[in-house]
Amino acid sequence: MRPRLYPVFKYTVIALWACFVAGPFFWAMTTSFKDANAVQGGATYLPWIQYQPTATGWRNIFGGAGGIDVIQPFLNSAIVTIAASAISLVLGSLAAYALSRYRFKIGFIKNSDIVFFFVSQRIMPPVVLVIPFFYLLQWAGLLDTIAGLVIVTVALLLPIAVWVMVDFFNGIPREIDEMAMLDGCGPLQTFVRAILPNSLPGLTVAAMFCAVFGWNDFFFAFRLTFTEVQTLPQAVVALNSSIPPWWTLSAAALFGVAPLVLLAIWVERYLSKGNLSGAVR
Amino acid sequence: MTLSATDLSLTVDGVDHLKSVTATFEPGRLHTVIGRTMAGKTTLLRALAGLQEVDSGSLTRDGADLMRTPVWRRDTAMVYQQFINYPHLSVFGNVAFPLRRQGLSRDEIQRRVSKSLALVGLTGFERRKPSQLSGGQQQRVAVARALARGTGILLLDEPLANLDYKLREQLRDEFKTLFSDQGDTIVVYTTTEPAEAMMLGDVVLVMHEGRILQVGPPQEVFERPATTTVASIINDPPMNIFPGRIEGGQVTVAGFQATHVSAHLAQLPDGAYQFGLRATDVSLASAGVEGAVTFVEISGSETFVHAAVGKTPFVIQIEGIHDVALGDLVKLRLRPERLYAFDEKGSLVRTPSYDLVSVGGR
Repeated sequence: MRPRLYPVFKYTVIALWACFVAGPFFWAMTTSFKDANAVQGGATYLPWIQYQPTATGWRNIFGGAGGIDVIQPFLNSAIVTIAASAISLVLGSLAAYALSRYRFKIGFIKNSDIVFFFVSQRIMPPVVLVIPFFYLLQWAGLLDTIAGLVIVTVALLLPIAVWVMVDFFNGIPREIDEMAMLDGCGPLQTFVRAILPNSLPGLTVAAMFCAVFGWNDFFFAFRLTFTEVQTLPQAVVALNSSIPPWWTLSAAALFGVAPLVLLAIWVERYLSKGNLSGAVR
Repeated sequence: MTLSATDLSLTVDGVDHLKSVTATFEPGRLHTVIGRTMAGKTTLLRALAGLQEVDSGSLTRDGADLMRTPVWRRDTAMVYQQFINYPHLSVFGNVAFPLRRQGLSRDEIQRRVSKSLALVGLTGFERRKPSQLSGGQQQRVAVARALARGTGILLLDEPLANLDYKLREQLRDEFKTLFSDQGDTIVVYTTTEPAEAMMLGDVVLVMHEGRILQVGPPQEVFERPATTTVASIINDPPMNIFPGRIEGGQVTVAGFQATHVSAHLAQLPDGAYQFGLRATDVSLASAGVEGAVTFVEISGSETFVHAAVGKTPFVIQIEGIHDVALGDLVKLRLRPERLYAFDEKGSLVRTPSYDLVSVGGR
């Protein structure tokens, strides 16, 4: 019996965890189809049996009465996330490649210290960063603009991109660089023609991280924009009032999460696909 | 188009990777660099390619300084021990990669890649990825890429070391023909195997602990190893080296007086020497130097008996399978006429072929 017990145990644990993770989503899903009456008197989960589903919540987030229009915040979030992720990936992989392949020494500071410096940006509490960011953007006249938000988001995402890519580049045999150079490539050509094409899995992971962190950012957008620019997390939170419209909130939250879920499903296949077998035996 | 290295030295963490390496590499010749692991062979190749900076020394091509020429303008191709190819490119793409960098026309690239792949026997594999090939095939792709460019300098770093025995033999034979057709190319090939070094090389360079110990045609290096170290590197199994004395024309080795001293040793002045004798020149006999068997290897056609005479280890290579067990006491017959004599510092004094070598040469 022993050998058969382990899979049972394994799948039980996985199933429990899946329920735990999916629970809130299920709650939000059902709630988003309820109205004011249905949310009162405890949680109910079975549509048509326990409550009559309506699309009020969903109508409300697309400009329905008493709700908001999530389209503009959605676009703002998308622009900020995509632009900041793209910039972070380009700068991050260039920096990571240099950190992976060349030895730097500034006094007692070495490569690993520089990598840690990048990572340490994420260790610092955001509150510490937001004040200097505020003054910097104010000085540049970029408060409450998409451009300002993109710059700040790059500062948040760059460490992640550098961190992921340094690790990834370290795993690519140096001999490939050397061979590309012997084959006539200068340093930049080597990177673009020999290393980048083999870095799809690493870039995918880095892009995924950037997208998630960029998309989820509430705090910096909340502090650095006011009236002109509103991102999706801000819009969702702005729905909150003394009597929260749970159905609208749920619909908005689900709408906000949806792009990431789709992205994760689409990206998953690229994560395992590319590998370096055949480069070195 | 000669490539000259002068006084190359590199020390890393107190270990000499290269120590005053001076060598000249001639076009149209295949130079094999033989040495044990960590002898500095790879470092030498990387220095020649410009991939490894050295502490001192210079590198010239036809008298022109190469040290400041970046790797990508060195006209050098290299094949690595670990079958390095571009993982994202097909076999065709791999071989075409350097040609595209040279800006050759599409037709010319097509022509050269086909020719090169035909040379290494990979026609029909153009569309495969390196990961879909066997180790031997991957290494052929790397060789094809190096050949297709027609560079002036072709470096091969133990290209067969990671292959299985049969493939190694096969590729070695193919290499012999391939490289002899390379016109004016300077080929430098490193290996740890004496047979490979001697079969392929027009010139053999023996390296040890970062130094070049001897340079010469294979036969010369084999017949007249300059030092005991060369003698043990260039022979497989390594030449047996043991101390002994010559007194009044009598040779004493390992406490045993040789009965039939050959003339080439009898003329040497009295004193302490180191003697060298190939494993094939020692045999098991009913009488002779007594030794205890420490290890026995049977290759099938041959038996290698490792025995200790006192504290001196001997390897005996005998034909066929012999029933010798660990710990057995055996009697070794040394062929005195095949003895090499080295002085106490290890420099060659006398070879079995009677000719005199100046004492304390290189």
